[in-house]
Amino acid sequence: MTTVLWLALTWAQLALALAACLATWRIAVGPRAQDRVLGLDALYIATMLLFIVTGMRLGTPFLFEAALVIAIGGFMGTVSLAKFLLRGEVIE
Amino acid sequence: MTALDSLPPWLMALVAFFLVLGSTLTLLGAFGLFHLKSFYDRIHAPTLGTSWGTAAILLASLLAWSWVQDRVFLHELVIGISVMVTTPVTLMFLGRAALHRDRVDGHGTVPPAAVTEPTREAVSSAGMD
Repeated sequence: MTTVLWLALTWAQLALALAACLATWRIAVGPRAQDRVLGLDALYIATMLLFIVTGMRLGTPFLFEAALVIAIGGFMGTVSLAKFLLRGEVIE
Repeated sequence: MTALDSLPPWLMALVAFFLVLGSTLTLLGAFGLFHLKSFYDRIHAPTLGTSWGTAAILLASLLAWSWVQDRVFLHELVIGISVMVTTPVTLMFLGRAALHRDRVDGHGTVPPAAVTEPTREAVSSAGMD
């Protein structure tokens, strides 16, 4: 039965890493600035989930704090970039 | 996988199911972000990852760690609530920014603004009355 969990963890890590690669492709290629910001948003979500799955595999709870920091910091980054695209400045 | 070996088989199957569900949905959302043609199509795709992708992986982690540590873990709850609350805010902001930029540049086929913006003089004179 352990094999099932091992397979699920491996599949989850591979799928999330591939998702992060696709988001990175959108950041690098995306024709306009809003596409790049959207790719950044998808990239930090995939990376946060990858941290949680890796923490489960390694059996350590310490990666949760890193995932929480990524979640909050990614929100701040995306909102400030969208505000910049909308207004031309971040703090008015 | 040292601590998680002590899970009973039914819980292990449940955790594995939620892990596969969440990661597959996140991958599908990222593939939509890669594949779709216009920005207004692409903005919907990663919400698969932020809704059920995040929820399923956090649920799997919550189940596993609650069994191993014999107490309910609150980290997953905090992460899940912050992701679910902040995602609509960021996407609303990003959609409005993209619409504004497309209208200013005349790029693509976005509809014009429905109502003309009132000028500053009109607003202040209406307030004076």
